Amino acid sequence: MSNAFPIAELGHYALVLALALALVQSVLPLWGAKTNDARLMGIAPTAALAGFAFVAFAFAALTTAYVTSDFSVRNVWENSHSAKPLLFKFSGVWGNHEGSMLLWVLILSLFAALVAVFGRALPKSLLATVLSVQGWIASAFLAFILATSNPFARLDPAPVEGRDLNPILQDIGLAIHPPMLYLGYVGFSIAFAFAVAALIDGRVDSAWARWVRPWTLTAWMFLTAGIAMGSYWAYYELGWGGWWFWDPVENASFMPWIAGTALLHSSIVMEKRGALKIWTILLAIMTFSLSLLGTFLVRSGVLTSVHTFATDPTRGVFILLILVGFIGGSLALFAWRAPLLKPGGLFAPISREGALVFNNLFLVAATATVLVGTLYPLGLEAFTDKKISVGAPFYNLTFGPLMIPVLLAMPFGPMLAWKRGDLAGVAQRLSAALVAAGFAVVLTLVLTGAENLLAPLGAGLGIWLIAGAIVEIADRIKLFRTDFATSWSRLKGLPRSAFGSMLGHSGIGISVIGIAIVTGFQAETITTLKPGETATVASYELRYDGAAPRTGPNYREDVAHFTVTRAGGAPIAMQPTKRFYEARKSGTTEAAIETIWFSQIYLSIGEWSDDGALVVRAYYKPMITLVWLGALVMSFGGLVSLTDRRLRIGIPRRAKKRAVAAIPEPAG
Amino acid sequence: MIALAFVFALLFSSVFPSSFAWAVEPDEILADPVLEARARDLSAELRCLVCQNQSIDDSDAPLAKDLRVLVRERLVAGDSDADIRSYLVARFGEFVLLKPSMSLANLLLWLTAPVALLIGAATAFWRVRKNSGRAEADLSPEEERALARILNDKT
Repeated sequence: MSNAFPIAELGHYALVLALALALVQSVLPLWGAKTNDARLMGIAPTAALAGFAFVAFAFAALTTAYVTSDFSVRNVWENSHSAKPLLFKFSGVWGNHEGSMLLWVLILSLFAALVAVFGRALPKSLLATVLSVQGWIASAFLAFILATSNPFARLDPAPVEGRDLNPILQDIGLAIHPPMLYLGYVGFSIAFAFAVAALIDGRVDSAWARWVRPWTLTAWMFLTAGIAMGSYWAYYELGWGGWWFWDPVENASFMPWIAGTALLHSSIVMEKRGALKIWTILLAIMTFSLSLLGTFLVRSGVLTSVHTFATDPTRGVFILLILVGFIGGSLALFAWRAPLLKPGGLFAPISREGALVFNNLFLVAATATVLVGTLYPLGLEAFTDKKISVGAPFYNLTFGPLMIPVLLAMPFGPMLAWKRGDLAGVAQRLSAALVAAGFAVVLTLVLTGAENLLAPLGAGLGIWLIAGAIVEIADRIKLFRTDFATSWSRLKGLPRSAFGSMLGHSGIGISVIGIAIVTGFQAETITTLKPGETATVASYELRYDGAAPRTGPNYREDVAHFTVTRAGGAPIAMQPTKRFYEARKSGTTEAAIETIWFSQIYLSIGEWSDDGALVVRAYYKPMITLVWLGALVMSFGGLVSLTDRRLRIGIPRRAKKRAVAAIPEPAG
Repeated sequence: MIALAFVFALLFSSVFPSSFAWAVEPDEILADPVLEARARDLSAELRCLVCQNQSIDDSDAPLAKDLRVLVRERLVAGDSDADIRSYLVARFGEFVLLKPSMSLANLLLWLTAPVALLIGAATAFWRVRKNSGRAEADLSPEEERALARILNDKT
């Protein structure tokens, strides 16, 4: 806690230098690309790497201030405490507005640096333009931080103790969730930069799609895992066992995910068939625009109330200007330049391309639904002063039905031939998957006593997706249609992306099963128990054994001891607690969760009354972990796909030649 | 998500500093399981007015508890679900409904999904048809199949 070393000032200064570099990176390489000046274009990678180094230094400076509990830095004083566990001193750096914006810019400049390193095989002018566009985004957000959200402001005199981090954020979730989410959110800026570069260039081809693909995949992979992580965090931390709330803040991260999923699929068509170019460019712009919109919604305070936003609008207006500038600018550029792009390959409605268009159609309609649902109340209040709420029941009625056709059709897509497919033939080849799905429906009905019809159908849908994905691979290796050795060698010969898409589609199926079963069959018991008393939830008996206080590093808690047993099973000890954080004078409830195979018992406690009786909320959540496991499988599918030979470093140059040879490209 | 957590943290820390109780409490539960089930279903569609997008069924705010008790009182008094909803809307405005009414002011909201789908489908259909009409003469059916097979194997 000394002011001897001006770490905060150095961090602040590094941000200013990063802004200067970003401005250089915004202008000179683009000018070089226009005038074909190799020296100016060559500035881009250097500027990107140096910019990343400066932002990383600033981030390290803030982290140092946190770890050393330097409360002379206002941001540290507001959000940290000397007794806070070390992990939360690190993660607390982004557990506040200023720090999270710094993380945002850190990841943005990290991606720019990665493009500079891995993009050496790109045509020089494309690389220069892409990095210039990245430079615009970095400039805008660095200016935002420096003008409205400086994390390095000092306090004089320095307080002795900090005000501590919000208790709810003192969790491993804060260490993982925001960085993952931002790697996804911000990663889409690369696809955006490539799209804008293609528009500036006035030409785009299959090679472009191949270059963008690894970046889109990376972003999507992290966003998928990040959203799943956030969902699980909310589930165990907020104490009532919900895992998705259709909260505007969740929607803010979900919209780029749906649009990004659509982008991932449309870019396959563009890469393999040269079709849907204009659409893919538009999707790339839309996906990152939704990321920006999400940042605006979360960071401007507009969600809490339109009026709060109006009374303290500095930050909100700044981000709104960034938003309008980038979205408006890129869409205007699109309207102006897109007509120059020549449409590519042709295809019949029933074809792989057609299936991917179908996918895009529904995903984009779903994105539009979530977007309007999120913004409508804000707009209505701003223009008419009428206040409405748009919550889960709305999305269940609108978003839900849009997903069903996509899921039903999903196994067909990868099995249809490019250009012109044979629907009846594919249906026949999928009959095994259909049988498996039907069996799953019947089995679920029998096991659960037919009390609920929708859940078994949902489980069947999930099995349909998983079995469909497996059948697709089996079909491609001609399993059972040739000898095993041939199938095996075909399996080894399949590209990694085939396994990636199989995992991605299976992951959705796994999540669907989890959602269907837990929604249909979860059991809940809300009751009051005195020590020694028991209650039941599903087939489990839980006994309240009593409570004891305990002291943590920066909190104290009351621990309730429970013994949970199932007839014939071993007893399980569960200890939900109620914590109180002295510095913030606030508390959290820490649920106890016991995972049994894929199901969980969830135990959360409320108040003690004077006679020692405790309010207890117990859930049995069958198959709930599948909801998140499915998302992790999806994310892993992205990773597997990313290791595909054709996306590896050094390949793009060769791939480009091949692509250009294969698909005659009209000169732009 | 992170701001979601912030908002909840805000609720915990500044508005209800000492409140640990949450959501439906044992003393609220109605003896009649049918009525209680209706109460839960209704509660899931009603917004806790002081919370960020939380239903009164999920919320720990004292106001949410008052509303839960109110809903149950009306149910016991024999009101229909629709009666209770309109009663609450009359008192608190449409803000209380998590599922907005299908009124003229909310027309665009409710029509987004179908309209986006229809416009998209019409555009896609029109373009694909236009294109597929142009493509026919290029390859014979045999060549098509051979190509499809090759592409299927290689991709």
